[in-house]
Amino acid sequence: MIKLSSGFDIKILGKPKSEFLNVRQPQLFSLKPSDVIGVGPIPKLAVAEGSRVLAGEPLFFDKPNPRVQFTAPVSGEVVEIRRGQKRAISEVVLSADAEIEFHRFPSVDLASGSREDVVDLLLQSGAWTLLKQRPFNTMADPEATPRDIFISCFDTAPVAPDHNILIEGKEDAFRNGLQVLSKLTSGNVHLGVGPNSSEVFTRAEGVKVTAFSGPHPAGNVGVQIHHVAPINKGDVVWTVKPQDVAIIGKLFSEGIYDAKRTLALTGSETDHTGYFKTRIGASVETLIKGHLKQDGVRVVSGNALTGTAIEKDGFVGLYDDQVTVIEAGDKPEFMGWLVPSYKRPSLSRTFLSFLRPNREYHVNTNNHGDERAFVMSQEYEKVVPMDLYPQYLIKSILFGDFEQMEGLGIYEVVEEDLALCEFVCTSKQPVQQILRAGLDLVRLEG
Amino acid sequence: MKVFENLISKVKPHFEEGGKLENYFYGFEALETFLFVSGTQSKGTHIKDGIDLKRTMFTVVVALIPALLFGIWNVGHQHFLAMGEFTALADGFTDKFLFGSLKVLPIVTVAYGVGLGIEFIFAMIRRHPVNEGFLVSGMLIPLIMPPTVPLWMVALATAFAVIIGKEAFGGTGMNIMNVALLARVFVFFAYPTYMSGDTVWVAGDASLFVDGFSGATPLGVAYEGGAQALASVSFLDFDLVSMIIGTVPGSIGETSVIAIGIGALILLFTGIASWRIMLSVVIGALAAGAVFSMAGISFFVGIPAYLHMVMGSMLFATVFMATDPVTAAQTNTGKWIYGLLIGILGMIIRALNPAYPEGWMLAILLMNVFAPTIDHFVVQSNIKRRVSRAL
Repeated sequence: MIKLSSGFDIKILGKPKSEFLNVRQPQLFSLKPSDVIGVGPIPKLAVAEGSRVLAGEPLFFDKPNPRVQFTAPVSGEVVEIRRGQKRAISEVVLSADAEIEFHRFPSVDLASGSREDVVDLLLQSGAWTLLKQRPFNTMADPEATPRDIFISCFDTAPVAPDHNILIEGKEDAFRNGLQVLSKLTSGNVHLGVGPNSSEVFTRAEGVKVTAFSGPHPAGNVGVQIHHVAPINKGDVVWTVKPQDVAIIGKLFSEGIYDAKRTLALTGSETDHTGYFKTRIGASVETLIKGHLKQDGVRVVSGNALTGTAIEKDGFVGLYDDQVTVIEAGDKPEFMGWLVPSYKRPSLSRTFLSFLRPNREYHVNTNNHGDERAFVMSQEYEKVVPMDLYPQYLIKSILFGDFEQMEGLGIYEVVEEDLALCEFVCTSKQPVQQILRAGLDLVRLEG
Repeated sequence: MKVFENLISKVKPHFEEGGKLENYFYGFEALETFLFVSGTQSKGTHIKDGIDLKRTMFTVVVALIPALLFGIWNVGHQHFLAMGEFTALADGFTDKFLFGSLKVLPIVTVAYGVGLGIEFIFAMIRRHPVNEGFLVSGMLIPLIMPPTVPLWMVALATAFAVIIGKEAFGGTGMNIMNVALLARVFVFFAYPTYMSGDTVWVAGDASLFVDGFSGATPLGVAYEGGAQALASVSFLDFDLVSMIIGTVPGSIGETSVIAIGIGALILLFTGIASWRIMLSVVIGALAAGAVFSMAGISFFVGIPAYLHMVMGSMLFATVFMATDPVTAAQTNTGKWIYGLLIGILGMIIRALNPAYPEGWMLAILLMNVFAPTIDHFVVQSNIKRRVSRAL
């Protein structure tokens, strides 16, 4: 058991109730190329508006990487190919059939099949896109063999879903998926489990299970990697989420790309919270329409720290299993820095909130201050349970010092690992944005 | 509240682009963000901690208030003692406080006025927001000045400290040396004749002082004559209790251990100041002091090491100056080394120096310059650890 002490659990209102929401399935689903780092803004389309696809059939691929197919999570018709600036493809929107029809893939026997066969099936089916690679958090490189594969089986982000509930009904597929992953790596498949993880995770076979406890970000796979087998320069490690392991498992046991995704609807501004069984790329409209407490909200695909803001009829991202609805904080607050008009979560003891550590807060998106130069020190180190100096890393990115970035551990972190730094920063620095710029710099020019 | 909102929305267009006063936008923006936390929404994480720099700086100012209030009263108390009136502690409280206010508040006003004025000008010229750093420096500068300092000297010193010590480097967060200490050092070195002698420490016309009243601080007395001299001072009690309460001459804010102690507790409780720095300065100073006493080389004959903590500016420097987050070391390990070296250096300058007994401002300024080097080595060891892990 690895006990982590640095970090901070942000307790906000809107924890998902442990029940399934009685909401009908959305009509629309979409895939966004921008969800995947490393994919260019204009991938090559395999469909046009009006095309019919089965679940698992290609929608688009990235030209430099034609082996990796992005496939349809549902069967249905391509209703719209939304474009953004400079003709970049922002979304490929599908209208789902009532009954999903699947493309049948040729089966690969796990015991006798080669690694190449396994890789080929994953690439064709679209399941490959569910594998992420570190450093840089890009999509897994088909030409690479990872040193290890890591899966975190619990989530400590604000009001994050319970993975035990997310994996319900998918246990066999999950176990099969672990076997598939074992074939992909030259090393081990590692599971990081939390204090309440179910036996599906804690008693998984053929993998190395490590128990973690502590405040957020103990559930982050990057933190777990650091404590089990840190990433050194030149190492390649893959990460997957448990539900996606189940998708991979089902692909190999039944030959279909069954892109099932259980989501959690969370946050204070929705009048019902809970879980919802749907598929990858679902529209949130049926989930939140008519259930918003007010108009001035921000809908986030993902959690409140690392998620992406989406429209009220937007789509959940490829890797997200949570939708957070919080209040927009666009109103000025009179003397707000001195006399806060509403209670807010803070790591700082200048607010008396630390006297009631289990209190849940109504939060909003207000910045609570303006951007300043770095003044306070050791704020970031208090919330990153890793042996590195986040503030120095951020500064080395700001002045583009490659050697310093490498030495300070840029290969070991991605945005979600330093998201808490951005939350606690007194100077309101855009830490995740700076880190992403640094990661891209090293990835493209290092 | 609504009054302010309406006023601001009426006036704001003049300061925005195209308005007549657009060059003064950041001056206006400073006042606007003082009154209203803006409705800017977070772009990265969707929620942000409630803390910001204004709240942090305000907490430090709150921690300084006990020292300020006691200092105001003490300036009056020392004055009346020198005149031979109101000699008991409780006597003439209002008179003493009023006298002290008349002496101290103009200094505070000049420090804030000059400092903030310069910061506003720089912000408007450079087109960036006014940063909050001077909220604290403006309060620190008066507290480390002797009560008889001329106002023009305060103004000059503040201007020097803000322009050369802070704005030349890029403003708040970019300065290498402690801004308030730079102001004090400027006064100390540029106007030595004004600052020397014992009568600077007590306000009032020295010719009217009671016979035999020297105005020397406990530090000065102990420096000249050791423990013996300290015990036999006339008119004033320079015993441990008085020095802890602070009823002795000195710079405006530095005399009272209790007042500074309250400030230290506030800073430690809220986590704004580093306990590592405070503790390591004390350890370094006590260790060095003990060594010098035992070796018999200290100028402070017969003064035990712990007594140094209540004399002069040591406690004030430890709690409020050494802990300045921008200029101190920024890694935890670095903070220990930084604090220890300040303690040792400050003690060396105090105890082994034949010229003057007060060494804390110089020790801290020197360590400010070395803090990045200390951090560099700490960070390098982290990098080496990472590299060797790969092998």
